[in-house]
Amino acid sequence: MQFSSRTKKFTTNSQTELYSHPLLFYVQPPLENISLVEFETFAVERLKLLKTIENLGVSYVKLSDQYIKKLEAESKALNFLYRTEATGLLPNGGSETLVYTTEVDLFRYRFNDLYPKQKLEFLHRNNLQYDTISVEEKKALHDKLVSSSYAFSGITVEDQDFYKVPFQDALDLVRLRKVYLKAGYVYIPHQEIVTIVLNDFRTRLSKALALTARSLPAVHSDERLQPLLNHLSHAYVGQDYSNQKNVGKISLEQIDSLSGKSFPLCMRQIHQSLRENHHLRHGGRMQYGLFLKGIGLSLEQALQFWRSEFIKGKVDADKFDKAYAYSIRHMFGKEGKRTDYTPYSCMKVILSNAPSQGDYHGCPFRHSDPELLKQKLQVYKVSPSGIIQILELIKGMHYQLACQKYFELTHNVEEASFSLNHPNQYFIESQKVLAGGRDIKRETDAPQKPQENSTKAPSAAPEAAANTQDVAEMTEELDSFFQDA
Amino acid sequence: MPASDYDSACLPDILPLYYRRLFPFSQYYRWLNYGGVQKNYFQNREFSFTLKDDIYVRYQSFTTQNELEKEMQKMNPYKIDIGAIYSHRPNQHNTVKSGTFQALEKELVFDIDMTDYDDVRSCCSAAEICPKCWTLMTIAIRVLDRALRDDFGFQHLLWVYSGRRGVHCWVCDKAARKLSVAARSAVAEYLSLVKGGDETMKKVVLSDPIHPFIRESLVVVERYFPLYALQDQDILGRKESVDKHLHVRKQLQQDFQNEKKPENRWNLLKDQAKRKQATSKKGQHFEKEIMLQYCYPRLDVNVSKGVNHLLKSPFSVHPKTGRISVPIDLKELETFDPFAVPTISMICEELDRPRTVEEEDKSEETIDKENEKDAAESRKIRDYKRTSLAKYVKCFDQFLDVMARSWKGELLKKSDLQKDF
Repeated sequence: MQFSSRTKKFTTNSQTELYSHPLLFYVQPPLENISLVEFETFAVERLKLLKTIENLGVSYVKLSDQYIKKLEAESKALNFLYRTEATGLLPNGGSETLVYTTEVDLFRYRFNDLYPKQKLEFLHRNNLQYDTISVEEKKALHDKLVSSSYAFSGITVEDQDFYKVPFQDALDLVRLRKVYLKAGYVYIPHQEIVTIVLNDFRTRLSKALALTARSLPAVHSDERLQPLLNHLSHAYVGQDYSNQKNVGKISLEQIDSLSGKSFPLCMRQIHQSLRENHHLRHGGRMQYGLFLKGIGLSLEQALQFWRSEFIKGKVDADKFDKAYAYSIRHMFGKEGKRTDYTPYSCMKVILSNAPSQGDYHGCPFRHSDPELLKQKLQVYKVSPSGIIQILELIKGMHYQLACQKYFELTHNVEEASFSLNHPNQYFIESQKVLAGGRDIKRETDAPQKPQENSTKAPSAAPEAAANTQDVAEMTEELDSFFQDA
Repeated sequence: MPASDYDSACLPDILPLYYRRLFPFSQYYRWLNYGGVQKNYFQNREFSFTLKDDIYVRYQSFTTQNELEKEMQKMNPYKIDIGAIYSHRPNQHNTVKSGTFQALEKELVFDIDMTDYDDVRSCCSAAEICPKCWTLMTIAIRVLDRALRDDFGFQHLLWVYSGRRGVHCWVCDKAARKLSVAARSAVAEYLSLVKGGDETMKKVVLSDPIHPFIRESLVVVERYFPLYALQDQDILGRKESVDKHLHVRKQLQQDFQNEKKPENRWNLLKDQAKRKQATSKKGQHFEKEIMLQYCYPRLDVNVSKGVNHLLKSPFSVHPKTGRISVPIDLKELETFDPFAVPTISMICEELDRPRTVEEEDKSEETIDKENEKDAAESRKIRDYKRTSLAKYVKCFDQFLDVMARSWKGELLKKSDLQKDF
């Protein structure tokens, strides 16, 4: 990537061949030079798009009609954006993953949009050569192929070519058991080839991200880019609740009452099971331990907390110090490679590390049986009509909204003034309500500016960015955009 | 020999004996060296030891079989874990530039633990096991072994008894060792059917069409379900399971009064389900879901996912039970009895038995043949053969023999390539 070079003119047509196909595979980095202003513009637009996709992803079933419509609404910027890719924009670990997954979503949408002929062309351009199976073999496997996915009818099997692909190249299909797998090969009809392509895309994107991350020191040392990059990164990911500003503000005695008043349901549940069983498995320890760190527990407090609880169970003090203390210190970044782990966001709790037998972590709105959840909410004195609303939201897979509704019902506010995406955010907002008796009306933290209204609709080139010294202004606009999201 | 004769307090005394005379080092090295096909494969392998007083040391590595032997005989580890093959020698990892020391390869592993089945077994809980619930392990091995071979094409699977309450599977194929984290997690999820924690009542949900993998697994499960669930766990006789999982209607409960035989009760239950299925879409796969919930293997995805995950080594001793982590011969799976697995005290005692006349003659013969070899050394090599450990080492040997054929092919390929230059 040419970011280290300074402002140059926008070179043209020699590159158009490369970009003539509507989709890119990130093999070649963009070879054009762009001005700093254009870079900022595209970066902002790209981020807005990715953020929209990320927000959509959790509450909509992927590729449903509404999802696609929303994507189409954003697609004006797409073509332009694909020409100058700001992929390597965000070097921080967490945001890299988010960029990565949303870029993949975008790619999937775009690929599905291509005509079959274009799809084939794309495959060949990118060297994905897989063998098809013979008619005889297809016949022999007919029943198995049909029953391997609800999308495959007998007609599909007869009409289409089936490819034999090594399972390592089709992990998504394997993971969800969407294809027939035999002797290490999956049998995929032509129509499903998009998943294979996606895997390839993922690998290349991953490599590209890694490459740019390595060259990032050069980029980062560029003073003009540095503040923008830092701010973009922070704005995109939002608060990660890892700052230790509020360390020591919570005492251990408060935890029990706080768990009933200000903890989101997931943490309340974990805390209760910890008190009841005097034990918690790894998944629960991570989710809850990091949450506690986020609300302000210090390492010493955490050690005391876990130790006193585990001792009541089957673990003696000695064993605790040897086995569990290490992992708690690890959470606080005091062991191993010293990563200071950040508390899990709602997305992470919902999407990764699902609980199994003997676990109490996860998101109750996502992972609990609706019947059991209903009983639990009754015990926690949520009104019957409230429970119904929550169950409705769950049916629609709006887990975070369900939790938000839980917040509203338990705090007696009509409408939450925030958009829930993090358990620690829940805690902070809850404490705010309990302390201030605040008005429901929203108050943004960013200073109000007259330009704010005009930036609500995504525009291709905010005029304010004409002057590079207006980085500060632009970042404020960005802030307010992400608060609206 | 009753297990009660083992006492963990004796470990400091008998571990040295075990490592000096019984641990099958040459087979162990043969395995982990993988035919020497890849350079430094053994040297870059991480081992971790748990020593006396719970001292845990990671990043142990060895350059030769001899060094491994000497170190183990010096440290007498209570527990041995095997980790990944790294980019550099693990015992030098501190000298490596930060970020470049990485786990590269490892066998694909599975850990089936009996505690994960506590909600579907009434005979035992937590760390206890008994013949009634051991069937779950048999089922797990059959289902997974079939799937890993037939569906994924793996061929070199080593099943090992963990020593207390479960089994491990080491998939040693080259392709398996090279799998990425994402691939391992995909394999584990493909193999997972039972989902949900304590809060979830219905842990298996099937929808049409039933994937061939599920069909094949059901074939295995159906074979064992009557014995395990209906008979040994008596799920249709216990109020708890009847209420929790089986939604037995009042009418049926009355019918149960007249029908005590579990198999017949099961038939009645299936009939009830069939009648429901005729009228509503729900519950289409009721019986299948029940059978799977009770019997289908529950594996810990996190164990299988990580390339750098450390897992208990075969032939390691389990400090709490004294049992050796022995390979399981699948040809004798139905008769495998975890309570008959030798303990370390047992085999050490067997060593002290006076040799029979035949054994003496035999050993004389072979010493004549091996004149060059140190006599004591060869006697040591044959020591395990005098104990109950023998048949398990033999099983391990057979596993290695099959794998060795593939190494031969690899080495030939490699030397061919080199000849071209």
